[in-house]
Amino acid sequence: MPSSISNLRALCAAIALLFVFANPAVAQLSFKPTAEAVQEDKLLNALKEGDKITGRITIPDAMASSLIQPAGRDWRDFHRSKLPIIGGVAIIGMLALLAIFLLVRGRIRIDHGFSGAKLLRFASFERFTHWLTASCFIVLALSGLNISFGRILILPLFGANAFATMSAYGKYAHDYLAFPFMLGLIIMFLIWIKDNIPGKLDLDWIKQGGGLLSKGQHPPAHRFNAGQKGIFWIVIIGGALMSVSGWFMLFPYIPANVTELQFWTVIHAVIAMLFIAAMLAHIYIGSVGMEGAFDAMGTGEVDLNWAKEHHSLWVEEEQAKGRAPSGSAARPVAAE
Amino acid sequence: MARVKFLCDADRCIECNACVTACKNEHEVPWGINRRRVVTINDGKPGERSVSMACMHCTDAPCAAVCPVSCFYTTADGVVLHSKDLCIGCGYCFYACPFGAPQYPKVGNFGSRGKMDKCTYCAGGPEADSTRAEYAKYGANRLAEGKLPICAEMCSTKSLLAGDGAIIAEIYKERVMKRGYGSGMWGWKTAYSDSPTG
Repeated sequence: MPSSISNLRALCAAIALLFVFANPAVAQLSFKPTAEAVQEDKLLNALKEGDKITGRITIPDAMASSLIQPAGRDWRDFHRSKLPIIGGVAIIGMLALLAIFLLVRGRIRIDHGFSGAKLLRFASFERFTHWLTASCFIVLALSGLNISFGRILILPLFGANAFATMSAYGKYAHDYLAFPFMLGLIIMFLIWIKDNIPGKLDLDWIKQGGGLLSKGQHPPAHRFNAGQKGIFWIVIIGGALMSVSGWFMLFPYIPANVTELQFWTVIHAVIAMLFIAAMLAHIYIGSVGMEGAFDAMGTGEVDLNWAKEHHSLWVEEEQAKGRAPSGSAARPVAAE
Repeated sequence: MARVKFLCDADRCIECNACVTACKNEHEVPWGINRRRVVTINDGKPGERSVSMACMHCTDAPCAAVCPVSCFYTTADGVVLHSKDLCIGCGYCFYACPFGAPQYPKVGNFGSRGKMDKCTYCAGGPEADSTRAEYAKYGANRLAEGKLPICAEMCSTKSLLAGDGAIIAEIYKERVMKRGYGSGMWGWKTAYSDSPTG
């Protein structure tokens, strides 16, 4: 039956045509799926700084969809060559400055000597908050410096195993003490913000160099002078940056993005170096650098003459409130 | 000694994920960790390509450079390995790795990421070769048995190549010459460009 065969042929042709028309991609295919595939070189060249080549994956870990992130090498170079310079200049530089200051200026004495009369400068809760934050800070700083530079400075002395054990404990201390540190920051902010608003008086204080450079010069100040206000804001702003960046490192699955994590670790490291340098100056002036200063955070009570010299307006306010002895400064007591 | 490397010929990869499965099985890799994974670029679009990726055992490896406790070492074959006894689980190697290789067994539990785990090129760790202690921490040591990594050995299309870097690069170049196209030696520029000799 030739007619039925020709019918079949016509049917086949019709079906074939239908396929071609129903699927225009087949009819008009100009793309060569082999030769015109994605090229690694092109993708790499098209990347902007910090970008990565990503795709689709079939496993639940979303971070695994990043195929290549060349920025990891920049992060390596930051840790290997930039951070040691930043840390070295900030910390060793500050220690050198303080040493020079001590040699040139010497310990800042109370010009009129100890009066023997005392007034309360920091109440017990204030001192508790200060030392809570300070003790956490010291452990955080040392364990953080160990993570950054321990491999260069301490590993050769201790050996790999002892150093790794110490660093593991250091890391736990760093992770857990972050929380009381943040609590301390919040309380300090709340209890001291009212005395740390910058004012016109602070400009005069800064113009006179705080009286730090010349003996017997004491620019007037309220409860906190411009230098102390500076320390307050360094602690609050630096501490906030450390807290936010540290939070992302504690909970790396919040950003779930390696580029963001790299950014926050760099912020954490750089701010930490500057923070530590600033705190070295704070520790110096509160202990070795100035006679009578440590009492404020030690016993909480400072000598009246010290207070008059460094915080003249604050003493007047306290005396007006009847919270300070009104003894005259011209009553020096010989140091035994 | 040869300088061993991985090379994924993406024009041959069919995204069967057998390399991923074989690796997990060979080393009894814990839940949640994939030492090897297959990423599909331009998925569903013309010219999509799948790339099987794991640790590339970089020259001047970023992970080793940033590790605070220096727990990484490079073998004579150029394989980058690490000691889980020294690792403190800080996460630095993960930030630095261009290929997302380092992973941690305890997810999201702050302060206790656990010891880092990554592809060992089937070469175990610092423990004595082919011991139970080595297997428990790092998985099988196929290199010590004279075998290549399992992922490449059983790749059905011979897309994933492992072995002497010079030889697998030559194989790939021959393939590209013969068929007339190739999407590139994925990861090589990032992993090995720090040294011209690789």
